[in-house]
Amino acid sequence: MKYLLAALAVSMTASAASAQSCPSWQSGDLTLTNAWSRATIGPARPAVFYVEIANAGSVDDSLTAISTPLAEMPMLHETVVTDGVATMPHVSDIPVPAGSTVSLAPGGFHGMLMGLTAALAEGESFPMTLIFERSGEVTIDVGIAAYAARGPACQPDDS
Amino acid sequence: MLRLSRIQKALWIAAILASFVFAILKSGLWSEETPPTIESADFLPQFSLPDSSGKLRDSEEFRGRWLLVFFGFTNCPDVCPTTLAEAAQVLDDLGPQAASVQPVFISIDPERDLALGIDDYTAAFHSQILGLAGSPTATQAAADSFRIYFSREDDENAPDGYTMSHSPGLFLVAPDGQWLRQFAYGTSATEILADLKERF
Ligand SMILES: [Cu+2]
Repeated sequence: MKYLLAALAVSMTASAASAQSCPSWQSGDLTLTNAWSRATIGPARPAVFYVEIANAGSVDDSLTAISTPLAEMPMLHETVVTDGVATMPHVSDIPVPAGSTVSLAPGGFHGMLMGLTAALAEGESFPMTLIFERSGEVTIDVGIAAYAARGPACQPDDS
Repeated sequence: MLRLSRIQKALWIAAILASFVFAILKSGLWSEETPPTIESADFLPQFSLPDSSGKLRDSEEFRGRWLLVFFGFTNCPDVCPTTLAEAAQVLDDLGPQAASVQPVFISIDPERDLALGIDDYTAAFHSQILGLAGSPTATQAAADSFRIYFSREDDENAPDGYTMSHSPGLFLVAPDGQWLRQFAYGTSATEILADLKERF
């Protein structure tokens, strides 16, 4: 146990030396990680929300809604490119099937945060509540990366 | 009775004609998805649109440089930042050679983008990106010359009650003004960079 703790301490120090590893949250069989957003220029334009959701259970779940004090109108969207034309229709829910991982990531599913109550500043974070059909609500902390970020500022957990 | 069947015949003919028209339109869309190579490009990509200071910028003035053109709108938090971030990465990776590439962001939602401001948006990605937004007519003309599609779609769930659908690729124009190719949405900075370096 002592060795395990020591090893853990070392690995944590090692990852902190480069970039902090992304935090994760548990809710029943669900694990949420790699949550991030991009900074916005002022509050007038919509912001985006990305996260990775793993369902380790044996029952299908689905993300039905999101909510944050930062946006009056948060919605679930999916970017679709059909015949070379991109659209991002609203989706009523995002399935998280048993034993699989679903990503809200650039070019696919994303949280669309409209009606911002404040601008999103790089380096800061904001709370986001995800509402699941089976697992209920889970509130996580979303780190804000740069305007031109292509991924989270934290070290993604690729496991 | 005879009259009715004539109408029916007419309707059938109309339906067949409509499906032909649809097929032709559809094939037009396909050619957009797989853009022609330089040999077969029978169109000239052009634009003449004002920058944020109101000065008219014409594609002619960039002859001698490579143009990397993106059609988008600043209220687009997923597709547009992804593509612009890749473009910015390409410019950074090009180093001094970036001077021979002019990245251009053309707003397909000019009215709203002019109100929101376009320069702060492009500058957030890279200082070299030139943002252009003009009249609906000039915007449509530019899009047509690049053979790209965009349209405004009513959406009660979107900010201001509408959203834009658009061709999300990056378009490369040669120093002589000829169309070269499209980098489809999702093409990585590494791939774009490799392509450009081969042409320099
Ligand atoms: Cu969206």
